[in-house]
Amino acid sequence: MATYAAPGEPGSVVTFQPRYDHFIGGEYVPPAKGRYFENPTPVTGKTFTEVARGTAEDVDRAVAAAEGAAAAWARTSPAERAQVLNKIADRIEQNLEAIAVAESWDNGKPVRETLAADIPLAIDHFRYFAGAIRAQDGAISQIDADTVAYHFHEPLGVVAQIIPWNFPILMATWKLAPALAAGNTVVLKPAEQTPASIHVLLNLIADLVPPGVLNVVNGFGVEAGKPLAQHQRVRKVAFTGETTTGRLIMQYASENIVPVTLELGGKSPNIFFADVADAPDAFYDKAQEGFAMFALNQGEVCTCPSRALIQSSIYRAFLSDAIARVEKIKQGHPLDTDTMIGAQASNDQLEKILSYIDIGQKEGAKLLTGGERKDLGGELSGGYYVQPTVFEGHNKMRIFQEEIFGPVVSVTPFDDYADAIKIANDTLYGLGAGVWSRDGNTAYRAGREIQAGRVWTNCYHAYPAHAAFGGYKQSGIGRENHKMMLDHYQQTKNLLVSYSQNAQGFF
Amino acid sequence: MSIQERRIRPAAKRVDLSDAAADLLRRLTGQYGPLMFHQSGGCCDGSAPMCYQAGEFRTGNADVHLGDLTVDGVGEQIPVWMSSSQFEYWKHTHITIDVVPGRGSGFSLEAPEGVRFLIRSRLLTDDELSELDV
Repeated sequence: MATYAAPGEPGSVVTFQPRYDHFIGGEYVPPAKGRYFENPTPVTGKTFTEVARGTAEDVDRAVAAAEGAAAAWARTSPAERAQVLNKIADRIEQNLEAIAVAESWDNGKPVRETLAADIPLAIDHFRYFAGAIRAQDGAISQIDADTVAYHFHEPLGVVAQIIPWNFPILMATWKLAPALAAGNTVVLKPAEQTPASIHVLLNLIADLVPPGVLNVVNGFGVEAGKPLAQHQRVRKVAFTGETTTGRLIMQYASENIVPVTLELGGKSPNIFFADVADAPDAFYDKAQEGFAMFALNQGEVCTCPSRALIQSSIYRAFLSDAIARVEKIKQGHPLDTDTMIGAQASNDQLEKILSYIDIGQKEGAKLLTGGERKDLGGELSGGYYVQPTVFEGHNKMRIFQEEIFGPVVSVTPFDDYADAIKIANDTLYGLGAGVWSRDGNTAYRAGREIQAGRVWTNCYHAYPAHAAFGGYKQSGIGRENHKMMLDHYQQTKNLLVSYSQNAQGFF
Repeated sequence: MSIQERRIRPAAKRVDLSDAAADLLRRLTGQYGPLMFHQSGGCCDGSAPMCYQAGEFRTGNADVHLGDLTVDGVGEQIPVWMSSSQFEYWKHTHITIDVVPGRGSGFSLEAPEGVRFLIRSRLLTDDELSELDV
């Protein structure tokens, strides 16, 4: 076990600046209105830096910088852009520990996860899109003997990216890497809950990216995010968040006739068929871990497996083992490498989770473990900690239907395959799902019948760059990850060319 | 319920607000003019009420009007909306809009104040349900 020194304390691997401005046109510039907001760490609830409180003036300036850089960046060769992405990846890798600690401090998540998942995945994502852009082909269609249709990929121009607070650096990377690879310039707005870690990363990579190609404007949604989403010179808006803001972004995009990519969350079912309990072996252990995955990142994951569906014939025994597994989850200081679950990202998030635990009980759901705020004592008393919580109930309850975005799983039994699919699909959302079975046919059929964009089959919470991610139903529009993501940041230019000497014959 | 009982009891409502939320709405109305709420779903800041200037968020066929909030000192009532698909799963509950210290919330107006609107819920009683005709 080891505990990293907190940023600002002697021996820390990372130091935050006392203040962060906007990053526009390759340099840090203060906000037009001169205002800043305080940024607390969820670990202790105490402020550790202040961040520029951007407004429409700052957004205008950033969009202008991005526009100014767009033509030259679009003209660079795929090999040049790939090299920039690879250098970014190398630089992050060389500073992995510092970035991981910064991310943990800004968000509250355990450093164990940022060291092993968030930051390594971000590194790999930049490398993946560096490779993907070099390998991308246009298509040629032979229309007839003398006519050819050439299809070229061209960047969209300036794209706006609004980043969530649950994986601040990884989610920024999911959006940045394909957009930059495809030759776009970017104005990115980090979440106001987690505005600082991205600047630690930016300070390390600023010299690698031409000025204006990547711009970061901080601030609140209503003051900075909204003017960015509404901006008339932005060619695309990408957003991860919730449904009402998603609709508002579509509404703004309709005014400018630009495309959107929306990732709006889910209420992912995690289905355990009876045969998982056929033997008390490694696979059973893996399925048990799959159940406990609802606590990953404190449940603050759009694909949190927050509904566990367990076949009746194994229900009691499987659930009893699973609760024992959940009760072993180590909650503690996020910078302790043994800690498995850290702090919720903000006070309002904590309050929201507690309000759901309250309505869950009022609706008659049975609390099987957890259910309370956790006071870890000392300086952590001011932090936002919630016990991993397991409820038993039925799928019509609100805790089965609404995304709590906390370490809370709602469990219900099912009788047979048809019942499992019916319950799994009885939701407004369709982002993620889990299927656990030793029978390949059952697992395959269930995976195809569940209306969700990502069905983890005998695994959960893996996020490789080369697998498409995105939602069905109200979970959003478009995909992230996979080389298909390049299309989301590209126009298609068709040159329809005639090699014939002869008139077409109309006039 | 008899007709007489109906008269002496206040009409059943789906939405209400706390005193702290009323205070905040008075301040926000002073800054922005007439307001509206749309209850969000989904991830991150979802499952929380979003407060906008009236008319900012376009409601339509896919939305249900849950009720209007009356705030002392505020001229216009504040309508509360939710998508009709989400309402199907919420219609047996009463919600109270409250406010807590916090940070961030999509494009909701209160975020720069360092506070966040929050929903507190309870089950509607049988009498309320029959009156609301669920």
